[in-house]
Formats: sequence, structure tokens, C-alpha cells
Amino acid sequence: MELMADMPAASSQDPADMVDPATAFLQGGAPADPGVEHSLRHAPGPYFGSYGGRWMPESLIAALDELEETFEKAKVDPEFLAEIADLNKNYSGRPSLLTEAKRFSEHAGGARVFLKREDLNHTGSHKINNVLGQALLAKRMGKTRIIAETGAGQHGVASATAAALLGLECVVYMGAEDCRRQALNVARMQLLGATVVPVTNGSQTLKDAINDALRDWVANVENTHYLLGTAAGAHPFPAMVRFFHEVIGEEARGQIIDQIGRLPDAVCACIGGGSNAIGLFHGFLDDASVKIYGFEAGGDGVDTGRHAATITLGRPGVLHGARSYLMQDDDGQTIESHSISAGLDYPGVGPEHAYLNDIGRVSYEPITDAEAMDAFKLLCRTEGIIPAIESSHALAGALKVGRRLTEGESTPSDKVIIVNLSGRGDKDVETAADWFGMLDEDGNVNGTMLSTRSAKGAARNAGAEDADINAEDASNE
Amino acid sequence: MSKSAAAIDRAKAAGRKALIAYLPAGYPDKQASIDAAIAVARNGADIIEIGIPYSDPVMDGSVIQAATTQALANGFHVSDVFDIVAAITAETDAAVMVMTYWNPVMRVGVDEFSRRLAEAGGAGLITPDLIPDEAAEWFAASDKYGLDRVFLVAPSSTPERVAMTVEATRGFVYAVSIMGVTGARTSVSSAAEAVVAAAHNAGAERACVGLGVSRPEHVREIAAYADGVIVGTALVAALRDGGVPAVGALAKELSTGFDAPTAAGSTTEAAQ
Ligand SMILES: Cc1ncc(COP(=O)(O)O)c(C=O)c1O
Repeated sequence: MELMADMPAASSQDPADMVDPATAFLQGGAPADPGVEHSLRHAPGPYFGSYGGRWMPESLIAALDELEETFEKAKVDPEFLAEIADLNKNYSGRPSLLTEAKRFSEHAGGARVFLKREDLNHTGSHKINNVLGQALLAKRMGKTRIIAETGAGQHGVASATAAALLGLECVVYMGAEDCRRQALNVARMQLLGATVVPVTNGSQTLKDAINDALRDWVANVENTHYLLGTAAGAHPFPAMVRFFHEVIGEEARGQIIDQIGRLPDAVCACIGGGSNAIGLFHGFLDDASVKIYGFEAGGDGVDTGRHAATITLGRPGVLHGARSYLMQDDDGQTIESHSISAGLDYPGVGPEHAYLNDIGRVSYEPITDAEAMDAFKLLCRTEGIIPAIESSHALAGALKVGRRLTEGESTPSDKVIIVNLSGRGDKDVETAADWFGMLDEDGNVNGTMLSTRSAKGAARNAGAEDADINAEDASNE
Repeated sequence: MSKSAAAIDRAKAAGRKALIAYLPAGYPDKQASIDAAIAVARNGADIIEIGIPYSDPVMDGSVIQAATTQALANGFHVSDVFDIVAAITAETDAAVMVMTYWNPVMRVGVDEFSRRLAEAGGAGLITPDLIPDEAAEWFAASDKYGLDRVFLVAPSSTPERVAMTVEATRGFVYAVSIMGVTGARTSVSSAAEAVVAAAHNAGAERACVGLGVSRPEHVREIAAYADGVIVGTALVAALRDGGVPAVGALAKELSTGFDAPTAAGSTTEAAQ
């Protein structure tokens, strides 16, 4: 509705009596949609209830002010919006498809599951929406260098991509441990011309990569933009990152109305910092009939202490510039998170999610590694789509939501769920192969090495997997 | 009423500027951090800044990060800081400030933290990631318990923000000398003098310079325009390499920077 000239009509509302969202933003978040008294859409920040704000060193405040000013001007500048729309369409490949997952749906109690295909975007995830927007802003501010943090490398690859496209220098901070585990993504970033800096401070994970990116930013803020990869951090990042991802929800809302003639009963997304989720949710926040679910990484299980279920178990605190839920100990020290999914392995969460949780508009639930990997396998085998492990958390959640929604329903297919398939799983093939026991003790895929023992293992294993899925299918047909 | 302002004024009355020394709480262990602070105070430091080790210290360079990481690994708990402050104030006349990232204070509760700090004899807080814009709770608590609130001003701060920050501050304004994180540097940025001038122009009675200060000649240079000099990384490195005696010796050497310039040549040579 806002960014895409060629978007399908999202609703039957007459555009004439809609308040222009950008104007609404500048008016401090006045209701953007007529007939909705207290719109939750286009919340401008800096605060979302008691969350958000700027818990940042004074040295960076001027840069945040400059960014905020540039962003606010850009979002009402037709030229900027046209640039974004053009890149989205002709570079990223938007609008992304909305695909009905018919065979997968059978496992969701028979509710119809539709996948918002952010995995089909250039670079393979939703991350590209945000990096293109911010890289354009960096150019508007006259910055020649962007820096980014990355966990598994998805945001790093997307940032390196945008930098190459727009002729910016790019430095990516990545935990040393993650560099080793995701060597291929390190190579990808380097091929795109970026410099990858392994971070050896603290716990050497994503949060420490953010710390080092912030340290770089303080020292180089003159010519450098910090391209934060999720809807967290200090104002204006949460509202700005959401803005660039709102296209997900706008498209999905229009597409589902086109395909089935009505709104869905529920929408589901995974929550790392919360960017893909807030992008999808935003399209439906004011649709009271649509239930909204965010799925956090439950790791080994929320009672094991090894998880990343920030909203489920965290307490309010400040980290990386915003007040939000936070995994912290009794001293206020950040606790290390754990998840099979590097993209969800973060002990914080964006402040707008903290607010949406507290007011009860969105339900946040944990999904364990095992549940996510079951859903991963199921989507591979039922739809021919290898999802990112992050997105598999949303898929696992949708299976539960589907079963809940259809309980006792005579026509379960009346229930409709949209899942944000935030990324493709190519990057996760090794993790998945390891999880499903497809590797020998040397880390080679069973059957690919000339060892009789491995080959036997592969044959046995593959056979067993097939039998599994077919049995499940049979029982549902 | 402000303990840190009084300490700066005492130095001024003695014909010099204030030396402000940063040391991390619990590094290398609780007792040694107390001993180091006392040694520094007895060797010329007017104000001691005790840093609370924190998991995500975004304003710190590698030397201080390594020290605070070790303190945490050795079992430091935030409540230890109150014992440390009390032990130092019992033994010295130095004003003792606590430097802390904000989340540990929020976790304890701003009022409760302030009450315990005041009870321990602490002078106030230096808050590297809390700007006055977000400090409503801290304003209330610092007023209630009579604590100093030291905010930072940076080379990038606009005149409006400098004015607002000076207005919000009690004790002294922390003038960040460069755009960067803590760490010893070979020279002091020329930006520092402009930051101090901006603070003074905005009405600050006391502005002290920190970040990158490590040598007596830096101290001398800054003393020419600021009301105090803040040294951190160099002291932490001395404590790391030579223990309590080394950190005391470095404080003594740094304070020679306040001596008459004629002594400068020989002192500077000795420091290098
Ligand atoms: C495919 C995919 N989905 C989700 C996420 C989680 O991030 P966010 O919660 O910001 O969408 C990531 C992060 O790397 C990702 O790569």
C-alpha cells in the first residue's frame, strides 16, 4: 500500500479516506487506518509503551539524530520511495510469492497454511529488504562505509550485497566461533568485497559482534553507517527496520485477500531480534480477527537454561540501546543464549515486540530445536522447500496453532494461517545433515566417501527417514 | 554537597588539577581491587572511579574488557561494589565514584542501588551508556540520596546537548577526548580542549577529560584547560603487569604532570 505501486489492492478501503502512513508517522503515530481507534500500526518510537528509547553512549547520539532525520525525510520523499520500490521489484524480486502449502497443511490439523516466500528474495531471506533501505539512507547521509554484525552470516551477506550494489565499503563483525562454523558465508561476504572481522571478545557470539560494531561506529561515525540487522537497538532502528520490512505484511495481506477473499485467522513468524516478524505482523496489527504468534528459540527446552526465549523467560532491561526483554542474571549481566539456529541465537529482542507482548496483541511462545527440526524435515518432504532453520521455528509453531484452531471444527480447512518463511535453508544444510545423523565421524556426508561403513549408514539412514515421512503422510490421508 | 566537586576544588586550592583514577571492581580479585584503589589514592588520586564489570561494555577497549571479563570469571557480583566502595572510603579521603553501564543498576533497582551506594559512602555514578534523556529515575534517586551524577559529553555533542547535559550533571562533566572507546593512546586528541570549552561555556564549573590519557605529559597538557584528568587503561595495564605497587607508582608518576613545567623533561623521559 505504501511502497509498492504494483501491489495488489490490500483491502476494500477507499484509499481516499486513508491517512497516508508517512504523514501519520510524522504526526506521532496517529491512527493510520480509518475505523481503527487506537491503531498499532506505524508506531513511530522512540518508545513502545515503556520499551525502546536510546540507552547509548552520548558519542553516538548525534549519529542517531542524523539517521532519524534522514529517515524521516526519506520516508515521505517520493524519490526515495520509488528507489526502494524499484530495487525491491527489479533487484530483490518482490513481491515475494504467497504459496499454499497443501501437503504440509495436513499436519496442521487440516488448517490451510500459506507461506510468505521471503526465501525467494535475492540473497535468500527477508534481510535484503532492510539492507537496501539502510544502504540507501547511508548514501543520503554521505557515508562511504557501512558496518554490520552477523551471526550465521545472513545479514552479513545481505549487507555485503547492498554495499557492492551501491558502491560502499563494507566491514562485517562476526563471532570467531561463528566464522569457523559458517566458513562458506565468510567466503561469500569476501567474494562480495566485504571485510569480515572475527570477534574474539566476550562470548564470541552475535551479541559480542554487535558490541564490536558499536565500538567501530563510535570511532568512525563520521564516514560510517551502522547497518543493524534487526528491529532492535536504539531509536530510530526499531521503527526504521520495521518500516523497510512492512512490505512483507502489506503484500501478504493483499495476496491472501486475492487468493481466498478474506483475512487469515492467524499469522506466524519466528523471533530473533524480531525484524521478519514485525514486518509481517504490521500488516495485520489492526485486524482484530487475526491472531498473531511469534515463535522464539526454545533451544534444548526453556527449563534447561539453554535457549533464546527472551520474551518467554527474560526480564526487562537495556542492551544495545533499547529497553526490552532481556536474558539476564540477577546482576543484570547478559546471559548467553542457545539455539540450533544462529539467526535466533540472541539474548535480546526488539522493543516493539516487548510492548505487543505486554498489551496481549501478540502471543510469544518457545519452539525447541527438536520441534523446529521436525518441521524443517516436514516442509522439505511435503512441499519441496528447504526452509531456513530460523523459519522452521515459525513452521513448527504454525503446526501447533493449526491443531489448536481446528480442534473440534467440522471443516478444518476453513481455518487459514500465514507463516513467514523468512529464509531458505541452503545455509543450514550442514547443520541439518548433522542433526539428522547424515554425517560420518569425519563430517562427510554418508555415502559420499569410498568407505563401505559410511555407505551402509547412509543407505540405512535415508531409508528410515523416508519410511518416517511416508508413514506420517499415510496416517493423515 | 557534591563529594566529587569538593575533591576537585581541594585539588584546585592546592594549586593543581584533580587526578581521577579508574579501576575495575574485583580485578584481579575483590581485595586486590580495594588495595589498588587505596594505593592510587595515597599516590595522588583525588577521585577514584570504580568500574562495575559488565558483560557488554561497548565503551571499553581491549585492556579494560580483558580485566572486567576476568573479574566476572573470578566470581564478581554487583553487590561486591558496595563493599569495595566502603573499604576505600574508610581508608582514604578520595571521593569514590562508581562507573557503570546502566543495566546492572536497573536490575538492582535504581533507588535501591542508590541507597546502598550512598550508605557505602560513595559519591555518585558515572554512566557511560545513560544519557540525561533516559535518566528520569536516576534524577529522582540521586536527589533523594545526595549522589553526584556524571554524564558524558563528546566531540560529537551538539551545543544544545552539551547545555542539556551540563544542566543535568552534578559533580563534574566527563569530557570524552575522542570519538572512540577506552584505551591508552600516544597523544591526546585536540578535540578534548574544544569539548571542555563547550562544557565551560555552557556553564559547567568542572569539566574533566578522559579516554586515551596515559602519560604525565598528557596530564600536563590537559591540566592547562580542564579541571581534572581521568586515567583508566594505563592504570589497569599497570595493575595487570605489576600488581598494586606498580599501579601506585604510576599514579605518583602521573601526578607529577601537575608539577611546574620545569620538571617536565626528566619526568617524561622516565615515563617512557
Ligand atoms: C532466515 C532468517 N530468519 C529469521 C532471522 C531472525 O532475525 P529477525 O528476528 O530479525 O527476523 C534470521 C537472522 O539471521 C534469518 O537469517
